[in-house]
Amino acid sequence: MAYSDKVLDHYNNPRNVGSLDKNADNVGTGMVGAPECGDVMKLQIKVDDASGIIEDAKFKTFGCGSAIASSSLATEWLKGKTVDQALAIKNTDIVNELSLPPVKIHCSVLAEDAIKAAISDYRAKQSKKAPAEQTVA
Amino acid sequence: MKTPIYLDNHATTQVDPRVLHAMLPYFTQNFGNAASRNHEFGWVAEQAVDKGRKQIADLIGASAREIIFTSGATESDNLAIKGVAEMYAEKGNHIITAATEHKAVLDTCKKLEKNGYRVTYLPVKGDGLIDLDMLREAITDKTILVTIMYANNEIGVLQPIAEIGKLCREKGVLFHTDGVQAIGKVPVDVNKDNIDLMSISAHKMYGPKGVGALYVRRKSPRVQITAQIDGGGHERGMRSGTLNVPGIVGLGEACEICRLEMPEEMKRLRYLRDKLRSKLEAGLDEIYLNGSWEHRLPNSLNLSFAYVEGESLLMGINDVAVSSGSACTSATLEPSYVLKALGLGDDIAHSSIRFGIGRFNTEEEIDYVADKLIDVVGKLRELSPLYEMAKEGIDLSKVAWARD
Repeated sequence: MAYSDKVLDHYNNPRNVGSLDKNADNVGTGMVGAPECGDVMKLQIKVDDASGIIEDAKFKTFGCGSAIASSSLATEWLKGKTVDQALAIKNTDIVNELSLPPVKIHCSVLAEDAIKAAISDYRAKQSKKAPAEQTVA
Repeated sequence: MKTPIYLDNHATTQVDPRVLHAMLPYFTQNFGNAASRNHEFGWVAEQAVDKGRKQIADLIGASAREIIFTSGATESDNLAIKGVAEMYAEKGNHIITAATEHKAVLDTCKKLEKNGYRVTYLPVKGDGLIDLDMLREAITDKTILVTIMYANNEIGVLQPIAEIGKLCREKGVLFHTDGVQAIGKVPVDVNKDNIDLMSISAHKMYGPKGVGALYVRRKSPRVQITAQIDGGGHERGMRSGTLNVPGIVGLGEACEICRLEMPEEMKRLRYLRDKLRSKLEAGLDEIYLNGSWEHRLPNSLNLSFAYVEGESLLMGINDVAVSSGSACTSATLEPSYVLKALGLGDDIAHSSIRFGIGRFNTEEEIDYVADKLIDVVGKLRELSPLYEMAKEGIDLSKVAWARD
C-alpha cells in the first residue's frame, strides 16, 4: 500500500509521543481499541484550569502507520484548543488531512473516539472535584 | 549491498539465471509443440519435456511417467483433490485435511463439501503440527483421501509426512501432499514417505511462474484421477492443454539444481536463518517464535514482536521485503488463519513477520535486516501503549478493552 507523504511524515516523526500523569485532576485519558483488533490508542490531554485550554496532549498508539499518524495529528490539533473546540474535531477532518484511503478510515474514527474518551475522562474528574471544592469553601 | 532486500522467498523466488538460460532457446528457435509428432520442431520440444519430467522425478524419487504438468500448484491441488474425489466417489465421500493448509486446498475442499462430500479439518497443535492420533481416529471406511501439506507456507513447519504416509497406506487411504514449500528445500522421497499424489510449483524453487506439476503414483497403488480440464488428452488424459515447454524446461532445470546443491544450500540457509533469529533475540526482548523450531524448513522463520503491529513494522523496514500475518496487510482484513489455528491470540498474529531466506540472500543482508528491525521495533515500542502497560506490570489479557 502506498502511504501519503503526511502519513509517512507522522510515522517517521511522530509528534507528542509520551504519557501525562493519568492521576492528575486536569489530565484526561482516553484509551480506545483492542490488541486483538490490531489497534490501541491512548490519548491524553492536560487542560489549563484557569483558561480551559488544552495546554498539552500526548499519545501512544499500537497500530498501523495510519493509526499512528491519525493519533499524532490529533495531538497536534488538540493543543491550544478549548475542550469544546476539541469536541468539534471530526474523523473526516483527519481523513482529509492525511489523505487516508477507505480501508484506513477506521483509524481516523478511532482517533476521534480517543479524543472524546479523553475529554469525557477529564470532565468526569472535574465534576467529581467541583462538589468537593464547594465543601471545603 | 543493494536495497530493497528480498526476504519473502515463501511467496515466490527469483528465477535462477541458470534456469533462465536453459529456458531461452525454447521461446525462439525450439518453439515447437511437444504434441506435434510428425516433425523436427515437435520432436525437439518433446525431448525437452521428457528431460524436464526426468529431472523433476529424480528430485522426488519418482519415475518420469508419474509427473503430470500443470499451470502451477493451485491447479495441481485442485486436480489431485477433485480428481480423486470424482474418481473414487463410489468408494467413499470423506476427505481429511488440516486447518492450516493453503487456500488452494481448503477452498477446493469447501467446494467439494457443497457437492456432497464430507471434509474433516484437523486442528493443529501449538507447534503447528497435526496430531497423528487425531488423524488415525478421523479415518473412516468412507475416507478416500488425506491431504496434508509437506511444509507450511506461513510458519515453515514440516508435518510428519512419513508417519502420515505410513498411516494412510495401512488404512488403504490415498495421501496427497502440497509439496510446494518443501520440494527443493529439504529431501523429499515419495516412496520413503508413501506419498500418492504431490503438488509441485516451479516459482518457489527458483523456476518460472505459471508452471507446476502433480506427482501421481503409478504402482502400489496405481492412483487414478478424473481430469478436471478436458481437451486434447495431453498428459495421458489427466490434464489437457498444450504443454508449456519453456516453463517445463525451467522447472526441470530448477529441480536439478536443487537436487545437486541441496546439501550445501540447506546448510547455508540454516546458518543465515539461525543468525537472524539469534541476533534479533539478543537485541530485543519479548519476541516469540511461531511454529515448531525442530520441524521446520531451513530457510523459514516466523516471529511475533510483541506490542508492535505488523503493518507499522513493515512500514519501518520499507527497504526489506517480508510478509506479516497482520490483518492490515491482508486483503480480507483478517489476521492470519494459520497463526490463529496455533491457538495464538489475534494480537500475536497482528505482530508477526514471516522471513523467507533464499538462494540469493547474503550474510550482509541478514545483518542489515536484523539491525534495522531491532531499531524499528525499539522505536515502535516507545510508541506502544501496550508495551508501556506491560512494563508497568499490567496483564493485558485482563484489561477491559473498549471495543467497537
